[in-house]
Amino acid sequence: MVVAQVSPPEVADAGARFLAEVTSKTAGVSRLEMCIQCGSCGGSCPSASAMDHTPRAIFALIRAGKRDEVLRSNTPWMCLSCYHCVVRCPQEIEITDVMYTLKVMAEESHTYPNNVGPDFTGVFIGQARRFGRSWEIGLTARHYLRHFIPRLPGITPMAFGLFRHGRIGILPHRIRERKQLQAILRRADELERAR
Amino acid sequence: MMDYLYYPGCSMEGSGRSYRESLAGICEPLGIALHEIDDWNCCGATEYVSLSTTPAYAMIARNLALAAGEKKDGESLVAACSACYLNLAKADHYMGTQPSLNTRVNDALGAGGLHYDPGTVKVRHLLEVILNDVGLDKVTAAVKKPLTGLKVAPYLGCMVPRPDLDGAYTNHEQPNDLDRLLRALGAEVVDYPLKTECCGGHMTQVAPKLGLELIRRLVAEAERREAVMMVTVCPMCQINIDAYQGEMNAMFHTHHKMPIVFFTQLMGVAFGLEPKQVGVGREYTNASKALARALKAAPEQTLVAAGAGTVAHRPRPDKRALPMPRMADSEVEE
Repeated sequence: MVVAQVSPPEVADAGARFLAEVTSKTAGVSRLEMCIQCGSCGGSCPSASAMDHTPRAIFALIRAGKRDEVLRSNTPWMCLSCYHCVVRCPQEIEITDVMYTLKVMAEESHTYPNNVGPDFTGVFIGQARRFGRSWEIGLTARHYLRHFIPRLPGITPMAFGLFRHGRIGILPHRIRERKQLQAILRRADELERAR
Repeated sequence: MMDYLYYPGCSMEGSGRSYRESLAGICEPLGIALHEIDDWNCCGATEYVSLSTTPAYAMIARNLALAAGEKKDGESLVAACSACYLNLAKADHYMGTQPSLNTRVNDALGAGGLHYDPGTVKVRHLLEVILNDVGLDKVTAAVKKPLTGLKVAPYLGCMVPRPDLDGAYTNHEQPNDLDRLLRALGAEVVDYPLKTECCGGHMTQVAPKLGLELIRRLVAEAERREAVMMVTVCPMCQINIDAYQGEMNAMFHTHHKMPIVFFTQLMGVAFGLEPKQVGVGREYTNASKALARALKAAPEQTLVAAGAGTVAHRPRPDKRALPMPRMADSEVEE
């Protein structure tokens, strides 16, 4: 006979707390509590095969309060932001935004599975904040030297090709009002920390 | 002339240069004028919003605030890059629906002497503007060299049809918007069911095995459908499929050579501009030859109407076939 398993109160509490935390940190309304575990998200996900857990499994783990397992999973880092799951989700959960929240939390607790993704994003953000523009060659050159030395022989001719076709500038573009942008961002950082 | 505020985005100045060049060339024939926002900054792509909230949205909102300041009449803000478009639209949307985010973002903007009221600027993607404001009739009328015989795979990518915060798309997975536009240029549009599948975004940089596999799928399918080139609306999709095809071929032991160009480039060519003028030749996987072949084969003619791309009537089966009812206003050749 199958007996319905009821979570002990401490598990349910931990789950509710973690769910509330994820929800409160998400930019829009996550609707995460509405998940019916149908699996449409994982079935729609182009990178599901590369994920430790499908999005559905991640949501189940969040509800079960498995904080460490969730924040160590590579799942949010494999999210492509393609929004396939979002338009298919029958419960209209903002899955992409939830994945973003999990990335933020994993970075705060330094529990990301490897540093390739966080490092790339971090450098991109740093350059965009500094110059006001992204700097394609500065970002990729540093990234390959740091993480993908074996890929360099394959990539270098491509980089030269793009350069020859006038598609890579060496120096970064800069906006005029960098001071203004940085003042805005400093204040935004303070507000973010105070949340 | 219809006026629009314009947010180019960083790629348009670098790897997506041909997008900018071709867009500059087609504005006049389309009767639109794009006014670039002065001193715009990077929208943060999918990177910043994925790892931060208030700072990421404040960085996007600076552009919205600048656009609102430059707005004269009811101009919309047009973005050509998918990620820029989505970021701008999303920031506007979330600031309008999340009062706490709106307060924080405007508090931050205040530190730079700026303010933005959500809803002030309507953010739109270039393709949607061309289809809805300009219209296919006007596009067809501007065609001087129809792209007859050029078999193309229309590739929209993710972020234009999804998440579609404004409800501009009736279909989020198989929209025919790009198909219709390309047909209006006289091109032969192949059925391409992967049209809104993801190119992998930054996965070529972060998780190459996954990123290159996603590219392989797209390229292999376009080839299977006998397209000679893919057509995109996004600089990220373009560089992924264009520049990483070599690495992809090496990884999967394939020999694909599928050029990918921006839809604006094909519009420019169809409007009679020189391919070089609209940035054809800047691709890593060369598109010039395929394009030249198609143009050479095409007879000099102008298209009649927007419906010119519709499928011609299929010839009826011969007399030996079972009798079929005749249509009253039969255009069928006997």
